Amino acid sequence: MPKRILQVVDSAYRATLEEQDDTVLWITQAMKGAGGDLSVLLRGSAVNYAVRGQDASGLAFGGKRQTQPPRLAEDVAKLVEKGIEVFVVSDDLAERGLERGDLIAGPKAVSREELPQLFAPYDMVWHW
Amino acid sequence: MADKKSLTFVLMDPPFENPRTTTALRLIDLAVRRGHDVNVFAYEGAVYVAFAKQTPHANAVHGRDVEQEDHPIPKDWVAAILAEGVKSGSKIDWVQCGLCVDERGAGECVEGPRRGSPADLLKFAETSDNTLVIPTK
Amino acid sequence: MSKYLLIESRDAFESNDVAQFWELAASLARQGDTVTLFLVQNGVLPARPSTRSEALSALTKAGVQVLADEFSLRERGIRTERLAAGVKASPLDVVIDQLAEGRKALWH
Repeated sequence: MPKRILQVVDSAYRATLEEQDDTVLWITQAMKGAGGDLSVLLRGSAVNYAVRGQDASGLAFGGKRQTQPPRLAEDVAKLVEKGIEVFVVSDDLAERGLERGDLIAGPKAVSREELPQLFAPYDMVWHW
Repeated sequence: MADKKSLTFVLMDPPFENPRTTTALRLIDLAVRRGHDVNVFAYEGAVYVAFAKQTPHANAVHGRDVEQEDHPIPKDWVAAILAEGVKSGSKIDWVQCGLCVDERGAGECVEGPRRGSPADLLKFAETSDNTLVIPTK
Repeated sequence: MSKYLLIESRDAFESNDVAQFWELAASLARQGDTVTLFLVQNGVLPARPSTRSEALSALTKAGVQVLADEFSLRERGIRTERLAAGVKASPLDVVIDQLAEGRKALWH
């Protein structure tokens, strides 16, 4: 049986424009495709990845336009579609003025207080 | 070695930008000296840690020529760690994330590291005794 | 119950997040897990008695083992005989030992 890995994504919007995705969400999907058993916890400002209405389109340098801007909320939704459980820290949402209704469907809210119980069943907790 | 383990380290930072690179190499060096088998998955900017074209330089502010300055060149640290592995009996598997190499043009690296993919990281995670991700910020 | 190694590399005087990572260590210990918080790089700065070190010492009272990398301390001129209460200087080897032990390891 594969090891259960919880990917904690803490860093937000780091190089997402150049990479056209979040590289931790990306590698999570790749590893799932290779047979891994992974879940994702969005914490800190990375909870913003689940917000509806993000639009990073329009970046251009001289005549060079970006044709594939990052679509982070869609990437989060794709993780859920592929059977990857996605959690968001509710305290971090509240601190940032976000409510459940601001987010896409799919991610499950968990409080900071509940994190030890969330971590318990995983073989490894990778903090990115 | 009494209790040989296999440890995986995931690196993300390029050299010369923050202390995580040095700390990561300190940990890998320690693990190798202890004779543990070590896997390294160099992700994103970390593919530059073993980049072959790093070159030392003089330092006029320090008043030192190239030899005197003896500027740290991380690829040499990597090569030294790989050489230490041969002495200590550590099996070291250093994988450079292929797409990260391509987008950065970092294809030339010291002898030892190989090109790979997220599937290698998964295999490392599954087969090694533990994995430490050293994230960038 | 699980064993954890939490490695704090960030500066508590610079990053709001550090307090939350320390609190995670405390909450894991409250759950009954064995927890080491290993300070490295600028993460060792609050190990020098200061406005932030009381919170660090409180972790040791909550059952968290708080260690500070000897090299990082020396690099910053923080004297090991004068660390915040409960914090101990340690060689980086402890990280390798605890990884080899199989602890769930998180780097912040």
